[in-house]
Amino acid sequence: MPQPTTPSHDSQSEAKPAAASPTPTPGTSTAPSQLGPETRPSGELDHLAFLYRQMLLIRRIEEECARAYAEGKIGGFLHLYIGQEAVGVGAVAALKPEDYVITTYRDHGIALAKGMPARAIMAELFGKATGCSKGLGGSMHMFDREHNMLGGYGIVGGHIPLAAGVAFASKYRGDGKVTLCFFGEGAVSIGGFHEGLSLAALWKLPIVFICENNEYSMGTPLSRSMSVEDVTTKALGYGIDRDRFFASDVLEVEQRIAEAVQRAREQSLPTLVEIRTYRFRGHSMSDPAKYRTQAELEEQKKKDPMHRARARLSAGGYAETRLKALEEDVETEVADAVKFANESPEPDASLLEETTYSGPFAY
Amino acid sequence: MRLKRGVLRRRGLVPMAHMIRLESVSEAGTGAMTMPQMNMVQAITDGLRHAMKRDERVVILGEDVGKVGGVFRVTQGLYEEFGDERVIDTPLSEGGIMGCAIGMALHGLVPIPEIQFADFIYPAYDQIVSELAKLRYRSGGEYSAKVVIRTPIGGGIRGGLYHSQSPESLFIHVAGLKVVCPSNPADAKGLLLAAIRDPDPVLFFEPKRIYRAARGEVPEGEITMELGKAAVAREGAHVTVIAWGAMLYEAFAAADEASKKGVECEVIDLRTLWPVDIDTIVASVKKTGRVVVVHEAPKTCGFGAELVALINEKAFLHLEAPPVRVTGFDSPFPYTLENDYLPLAHRILPAVLRTAQF
Repeated sequence: MPQPTTPSHDSQSEAKPAAASPTPTPGTSTAPSQLGPETRPSGELDHLAFLYRQMLLIRRIEEECARAYAEGKIGGFLHLYIGQEAVGVGAVAALKPEDYVITTYRDHGIALAKGMPARAIMAELFGKATGCSKGLGGSMHMFDREHNMLGGYGIVGGHIPLAAGVAFASKYRGDGKVTLCFFGEGAVSIGGFHEGLSLAALWKLPIVFICENNEYSMGTPLSRSMSVEDVTTKALGYGIDRDRFFASDVLEVEQRIAEAVQRAREQSLPTLVEIRTYRFRGHSMSDPAKYRTQAELEEQKKKDPMHRARARLSAGGYAETRLKALEEDVETEVADAVKFANESPEPDASLLEETTYSGPFAY
Repeated sequence: MRLKRGVLRRRGLVPMAHMIRLESVSEAGTGAMTMPQMNMVQAITDGLRHAMKRDERVVILGEDVGKVGGVFRVTQGLYEEFGDERVIDTPLSEGGIMGCAIGMALHGLVPIPEIQFADFIYPAYDQIVSELAKLRYRSGGEYSAKVVIRTPIGGGIRGGLYHSQSPESLFIHVAGLKVVCPSNPADAKGLLLAAIRDPDPVLFFEPKRIYRAARGEVPEGEITMELGKAAVAREGAHVTVIAWGAMLYEAFAAADEASKKGVECEVIDLRTLWPVDIDTIVASVKKTGRVVVVHEAPKTCGFGAELVALINEKAFLHLEAPPVRVTGFDSPFPYTLENDYLPLAHRILPAVLRTAQF
């Protein structure tokens, strides 16, 4: 019999002490999903296939990004999401299309999950005029008004109070939208995190804060960058709800985030969720990740949530031919995005003036 | 002759608003007999109330802005009139206030955050520089954040190091921001409404030294002013004096004394610091050939440096004397030595006379 998931709890009335919070090890779910293939109807298998496709699309787009970076087609800094796909895909799946998402500089994957077209993302990465931000931003600047994607943010933690403001506006307007705010565990030590949580808690805003804990703040492991191991203990100080689990199963991510989203939508209450995950690549393309062993990395790759989703689909009776067709479809989409980015024009220098102020330069 | 400081300091605070030309006023505001007299605080409150009445998206947030009405009482009465959803008391959290305001604007509100003193704005500087100023550009124009940041600026209240600074050039330097500093009640209301209408983020600096000292007629209802337009506040043929905010009155006082010695100053009130009205400056400098820039902020990399550079670029061959800056010193803002630090009339006058005689 599958275990029920650990319910998130109200920290003001029945908060668990930090020690009682689950102490997971990477790759081991503390709350095994109830959504085992043997119990799932085929409609939900189709849903899992959709999530698997999204994860695969992100993985393949990111691999092409790495290739383009090596070829000099993408410059500057490039932070890949490979290994963490289940977090973004599962969390965004718990939203309605009109809900808001705001995230960090590791933003391509979440932008894809939010529905932004691969073409606009790849073109932005290539710095082309057809990119979602006209090629002016690049890797860390995925914005799309149509999909309520409020961007990637390059200053760690800087976007967390912004997210509170967006949620405030939703509450003020009574539009029923929920804001999902992603950040890494490195952001938890910076002021913006605390000011954002403080205001969201004080004003009871419809928001879900998702800490993607990939264990390394750039190159420094969690144990050397934070005095406590459990990020969600920070929620206790602000009197908000919290949840904590591993991103080993994309369906579990969706379900657990859905609980927090429901709390935001129905009760206008914020939640801090820590999702333990692991990035298979370095912090950025210039990081060889020598601070961890190859054995550790290989061990993590065996637990790849994307492969787990595929295995579950197979075990659940999702036909191999359909899986293959889905995967070929992804390859076509990725190749099309790369071709589009390659063939698109570069932005004109006149854009500098047009997009700094609403009108021409000051003088 | 060296002027006695005390005399000029008192003279410097004589209300001069009647000398400032409004760009234009609405129909309702043209009947001079019906215009109410207001000080700066009342005029700004009136502007805020007007903006909030006409547009539900306008919200105010900041420390003590609600029930207390702000430490300078600029938001007094608005909490009672518009409620706690629109006049929002915040914790002491400048970075949070600013970030939250940006997020509100992303979702279509028009937030007017108040930073209690400009000296407290530095925790919000990252938000203003990294997020607010750059949103339009880095999203390729997909998003922008219409935020009007109100904050009291400058010395003159014996506030010492942390309640007196003039950090305007730190914001003028940042591409994507507009910067305003009014000198009289009518301009304060008109420029505030213009800032709220403007699609770009605006820093609205309120010179606290003249919050209550500057009084004048303020049109009721809407005032149509534009950002980026300076005023020739006093005409003169010999020396151009550029000032803004509270120091405008020191420039007037110095101009009065210079006039007694036969030197006529043309005093320009910048009103909007960025985008700067360089055309009005250049036209005046072409007439006088001599220029003195006055500001409270320290000299090095102060806005005066940029103004002088622009004048050199655009009117070099018209200059008859080196441009001169009369400014605060390159030191922290002093408590006991405030009247030595500030570029009051007793320091402006010798600079004007030297420039005239060069």
